[in-house]
Amino acid sequence: MSILVGKETRVLVQGITGSAGSFHAKQMLEYGTKVVAGCTPNRGGEMFEGKVPVFDTVAQAVRETGADTSVIFVPPPGAADAILEGFDAGLKLVVCITEGIPVIDMIRVRRVIDAGVKSKLIGPNCPGIITPGACKIGIMPGHIHKSGHVGVVSRSGTLTYEAVGQLTALGVGQSTCVGIGGDPVAGLDFVDVLEMFQNDPETHGVIMIGEIGGGMEERGAKYIKEHMTKPVASFIAGTTAPPGKRMGHAGAIIAGGKGTAEEKMRALEAAGARVAPTPSDMASTLMSMMK
Amino acid sequence: MKIHEYQAKRIFAKYGIPVPIGGTAFSVDEAEVVAKRILHETGGTLTVVKAQIHAGGRGKGGGVKLAKGGADEARRIASEILAMQLITHQTGPEGQKVRRLYVEQGLEIARELYLGAVVDRDTRRIAFMASTEGGVEIEKVAEETPEKIQTIFVDPIVGMTGYQARQLAYGLDLQKSGKQTVAQFVKVMSALYQLFVKEDCSLCEINPLIVTKTGDIVALDAKMTFDDNAAFRHPEWADERDTDEEDPVELEAQNAGLNYVALDGNVGCLVNGAGLAMATMDIIKAVGGDRGVAPANFLDVGGGANQEQVTKAFKMILRSPRVKAIFVNIFGGIMKCDVIAAGVVAAAKELGLKVPLVVRLEGTNVALGKEILAKSGLHIMTADTMKDGADKIVAAVAGGSVK
Repeated sequence: MSILVGKETRVLVQGITGSAGSFHAKQMLEYGTKVVAGCTPNRGGEMFEGKVPVFDTVAQAVRETGADTSVIFVPPPGAADAILEGFDAGLKLVVCITEGIPVIDMIRVRRVIDAGVKSKLIGPNCPGIITPGACKIGIMPGHIHKSGHVGVVSRSGTLTYEAVGQLTALGVGQSTCVGIGGDPVAGLDFVDVLEMFQNDPETHGVIMIGEIGGGMEERGAKYIKEHMTKPVASFIAGTTAPPGKRMGHAGAIIAGGKGTAEEKMRALEAAGARVAPTPSDMASTLMSMMK
Repeated sequence: MKIHEYQAKRIFAKYGIPVPIGGTAFSVDEAEVVAKRILHETGGTLTVVKAQIHAGGRGKGGGVKLAKGGADEARRIASEILAMQLITHQTGPEGQKVRRLYVEQGLEIARELYLGAVVDRDTRRIAFMASTEGGVEIEKVAEETPEKIQTIFVDPIVGMTGYQARQLAYGLDLQKSGKQTVAQFVKVMSALYQLFVKEDCSLCEINPLIVTKTGDIVALDAKMTFDDNAAFRHPEWADERDTDEEDPVELEAQNAGLNYVALDGNVGCLVNGAGLAMATMDIIKAVGGDRGVAPANFLDVGGGANQEQVTKAFKMILRSPRVKAIFVNIFGGIMKCDVIAAGVVAAAKELGLKVPLVVRLEGTNVALGKEILAKSGLHIMTADTMKDGADKIVAAVAGGSVK
């Protein structure tokens, strides 16, 4: 009924004793996420909120608690290392929220992924992933979501909330919402997530939110054209962004005339996706395709 | 973060990449002293005086000149370039003031090549590009004759390999200059890769990389950009940074923990999140573009902005005389709408709101936030959706009623 995470997902919080880690661990627990362990080096043996055991290493946490997914709030200097530690411990999924990881570090992480590691990575620099009503892993506001059949995949955090808010306001629920993050080198991309949505019987339609920079949307468009039978509505942020200026995200930059919103929209339309005319129309555009 | 040519060349030298003999000068007198020293050391007759600004295209703009007549001529040229407003295709029409010079030895050039390294997002590796068309705008070469650019991608575990470097060397026909030229090029490639990784670059360009008449490889120019995310492991960057070269408004925003990019429209935008901030600009243009309404800025206050930051953001927006209205668009997640609303009200009261203000709040504590706005006694227009907000802001700027 969802992709990647659900009711059975056993979550480990890497960096649980830090300010962001502890705040969001509490929020996740409140949402009903099975947070089974925390990890902070040299803090092993502590109890978080009196109920979540903290371990020195991810491997220990996995052994003791059966955690299968982690979420990372470790600051940038140690974040890439935390990702690799998660991979090495055999986690199914690692979700990295941390913003500001050096790109050289992520190139190494990506090389490990490309060598065929079994863990999947979401992020970094992302809001995380949520299967409404079942499992929230990340920093998104849980209460705006509603369980249902629309998959959302996005490079942007608040713009994901915007799409979810629009869907919920229309009474339309979501199967899973995945924030893949705004960095130039990262884990799962549009193609990976679109493929999972295509194969998930509980997902009936998809909203894909891209932005300027890189060629990930174009590759997503190619996948949509060749494999996707479910309707896809899309929005690409940055039509008005000037070339050569980084728009907040490290990855959101039109460099050498490449990666413009227009190119991406053209590719998506040509692939059979429908591009929302404004960011206020993301949900209604998908609904118009699903009727 | 960008650095100057002379700083980049110092780093090149540290890694064994050959550069001409040179020195920096902050005044005309210094330029003459440096030129004299270079002529003495090299026994040559040529020096080159180069404006040090972060933008490319300096030669074409008149910021790089050859002095054939000894140190006197170098001095004369320095006096021309120093303090000139240098305009290149990268500076924008207002140009950039020249405050620093680099004086170096002139070399006898046989060939001008291009060598650049960047992070390639598609392969997620560092890409090295080389071209026989050095000394010209590489963007133009890429567009008009892409076949003249050769690219290799480096496996981060293996590193730069000899065969990849030779592949580029032969692609550039370097064997025609002699096998020692090929060997030198391979050494430069290997050093440049080491440097790129260790110094945390996001871009490193040598344009031109020259072959001298004696067959030696020399980096005649150097352009280096660092990955800002890696600043925590490079304390030395603080000394290399030249804030004179940065946009003062963007710099101020950065210091306040805000993400700000100035644009040329008339609606100030205050938004949380980079994607939503871009989308807000887009919807203003989509709704009001044909009536002359456009965003005046990109501004992301981030996920945890406090009242002080919101006030600061308002001040920055209002400083532009072009701003005819302000659109606040917040989707509260972790950031609560009531906190933002209180910040908006405080800022509006402190600064005396003289332009229409449209506020759209959604998400966590939205009802509380709207209540704070309503009770403020200020003339704040509220909007329920982004589209509603954009309609109201366009009506406020261009006149007429909401569509």
